[in-house]
Amino acid sequence: MKKVKVIKIDVDKCNGCRSCEAVCSAFHAAPKYSSTNPERSRIRVLFDPLKDIYVPVLAGEYTEAECNGRDIYTIDGKQYDECSFCRASCPSRDLFKDPDSDLPLKCDMCEEEPPLEEPLCVQWCLSDALTYEEREEEGEEEEKPEEMEIGLESLVKKHGLKTVKDSLARLAKG
Amino acid sequence: MRFAETGINLEIDLSRGSIEKEGTDPGLTELHLGGLGTNARMLWDRVPPETKPFDPENLLIFSAGILAGTPAPGANRTIVSTFSPQTLLMAYSIMGGFWAPELKFAGYDKVVIRGRSPELVYLWIHNDKVEIRDASHLKGKGSLETAELIRQELKEPKAQVATIGLAGENRVYFASIEQGRSSASRGGIGAVMGDKGLKAIAVRGTKDINIAQPAEFFELCTEVLKYIQHRGENPIKGVPPILAGLGSPQEMSLHDEQWHTASFAWGNARERRKNFWNEEVEAKWKETQDKTVERLISCYNCPMKCGGIITHPKLERYMMKCYSKLTYTMAAMSDLDFGFRIAGLAQEYGVDGYTTPQVMAFAVELYEASILTDQDMPGFPADNEERFFYLLEKIVRREGIGDVLADGVYWAARKIGKGAEAYDHNTIKKHEQIPIKLGTLNPIYYLMWSTGEKINITQIEGQIPQAPFPTKEEREEFVKDWIQVPKEEIKDFVLNWGEPGTAFPNFPTPEATCELVEWQETMHYIDDATGICAGLSSFPIKPPYHIHNLPRLISSATGMDIDEAKLWQIARRNRTLIRAINVRRGMRRADEKPPEDHWKRRFPEIEAKLLDEYYKFKGWNNEGIPTKETLEELGLDYVSQDFEQRGVYKEKKAKAAKSTKSQKPATKRDSKK
Repeated sequence: MKKVKVIKIDVDKCNGCRSCEAVCSAFHAAPKYSSTNPERSRIRVLFDPLKDIYVPVLAGEYTEAECNGRDIYTIDGKQYDECSFCRASCPSRDLFKDPDSDLPLKCDMCEEEPPLEEPLCVQWCLSDALTYEEREEEGEEEEKPEEMEIGLESLVKKHGLKTVKDSLARLAKG
Repeated sequence: MRFAETGINLEIDLSRGSIEKEGTDPGLTELHLGGLGTNARMLWDRVPPETKPFDPENLLIFSAGILAGTPAPGANRTIVSTFSPQTLLMAYSIMGGFWAPELKFAGYDKVVIRGRSPELVYLWIHNDKVEIRDASHLKGKGSLETAELIRQELKEPKAQVATIGLAGENRVYFASIEQGRSSASRGGIGAVMGDKGLKAIAVRGTKDINIAQPAEFFELCTEVLKYIQHRGENPIKGVPPILAGLGSPQEMSLHDEQWHTASFAWGNARERRKNFWNEEVEAKWKETQDKTVERLISCYNCPMKCGGIITHPKLERYMMKCYSKLTYTMAAMSDLDFGFRIAGLAQEYGVDGYTTPQVMAFAVELYEASILTDQDMPGFPADNEERFFYLLEKIVRREGIGDVLADGVYWAARKIGKGAEAYDHNTIKKHEQIPIKLGTLNPIYYLMWSTGEKINITQIEGQIPQAPFPTKEEREEFVKDWIQVPKEEIKDFVLNWGEPGTAFPNFPTPEATCELVEWQETMHYIDDATGICAGLSSFPIKPPYHIHNLPRLISSATGMDIDEAKLWQIARRNRTLIRAINVRRGMRRADEKPPEDHWKRRFPEIEAKLLDEYYKFKGWNNEGIPTKETLEELGLDYVSQDFEQRGVYKEKKAKAAKSTKSQKPATKRDSKK
């Protein structure tokens, strides 16, 4: 059995305050809480107040290519672009990329030792648009790659292993 | 590295089209913190009293508070400061929303605008890239429309836009600066922006805001959040629902308007309708509100939901904040549906939701009294709601009578003449006030209405209950967890209020009154420097931010070493400096008074004593001018030197009184009451 951590999102309850973005970026700053910058956040609220659209989205996988063709969803009379719900760090948008390095960002559920009771964004969401759930599922616990590995992997995908290796070698000499 | 603040201001000269980035002096942060404090310092240093509000040399300063954009809940305020075309004094208005954090993320604390652009332009700030761009295609556009067009043309959906509407372009003296769900409305700062030919400032930032002592600061922020949650679950007992919680009054979620509709005056601040609120009205208004307010919304990093998304079949969607829900409704003696309809339009034109309804109700009264006629107002409708729409259109275009009314009640009354001055009975220092007309003089409120530099009661009051608790048990219960008081003696006010012999105007004593006013005001001056919303701090009863936790919050965020005494002193310095700016522009004791009919029962001797006592308490002389000693104690020697050079201290009283415009007595209608 493996433990699955889920953040449930209720778009009707979102008040668009972006506290989740603020505290996420603070938590992941080094040293911890030393800076705030929503652009580094692994959760973003995609909103369009004049259409009454408020969708918190958690950063998911990096993807090399953008979708071919996007659908429009109408929910409760409101039109949403498919991207409104998409968690990918992808070439078609500036979401979930570190503003300095352009490396992809991914939600890690604020994992640390000792573990937080709930991810920080959930703790700060007093509107309960974000709630946290843990459940058991069939399957093995998988080893999570380190943050640096995720970044390097995406660089390798983008530029090829050789170029990355060469650059690292050059940097090491530097 | 600078902490909490960025240490960089943008200096924009619209006459020359120049853009400069200037590093700021950390010494000024130590003295004034930031926000309103450093704005005031800039206005003192750079805008001499001879400069008129519509001179190109006047500055228009947009400042983020020093904590704006940090994780401190509700730290999101933009403090806009300039000189007001209406009061001719310093104007500062403050907006929430998302603009100030975005400015900090772009790497700036302030945007300082000087000069005047010959063509309408807007400013685009995107991190290090700053441009002055043509805005001729945005001329006459509404505030939400402008923001949307700018985001589209820049292809920056995340840009935050502060903009004026048509009213600002036409220099209406009560034009606002709008920012989606928030606005800086008071004092006619939108008119100054229009005069400078600046339609909007769009900003987008992706940089870090740094914190000096991260672990401690974040822990304090978490405590604040927990207290907000605690207060949400524990509303204050024994006060009207509208005063029981945190935030701006929760107008978008609450239905019970008993308190506002009964306590505030309707029409041109005329009629108290103590029995207006009944089950039928409540059911009707609840229905209107439930179908109109689509979602409750917040400002940046704040759990309070003071705003609402408004959907109305006759309007485009817009966002409303708290009390503009009732200002139009009550001025027009109408209902809630009308309030929602006209507020949306007024916001799009960019006018102040407090002043505008007052000006229009004033015009309606003048028409009914035949002081204004069909000649002045061709085609003036018979229906009251239609009249308000008619007047709004005229005012924002400065068309016909609208050109006169666009200067506000005080100036319009004097231009119209024919006895119109008598209908100007709700302004202080030429600025329209919330329509409150009560019975017996309240000493605390007397001082606040008279001396508040913002000339707006909500920006000085807060923290204390509005009425005594009926029983001793309730009083004791209330003070039990009143941790916010700066000193224990403050609790005596609540503990004693309601006992025999504690009726206004002889209670509280002048000394106790001064302490209460000082406390309330000081907390506002701290908020206006930090950029923390008053709705979580200086305004409500038992707020999460107070004098005992703010020093550590500010210190851990900025790295400065500030204790309670030092923070109090900074607030005092900022407050005194703003007073000095206004003194240098001619404000004197004679200007410091509420409208004659603000209370039915006035006590001139008690009032004079209160003012004497308060001036003394503040270290000001009998004309309300900070003394040399006070200024020196606060490190404001340069102010006292300037006062001495200008002979401010040597003025004869008569001359001082002459230099200010005295207010007219109450109307005949009032004296009959």
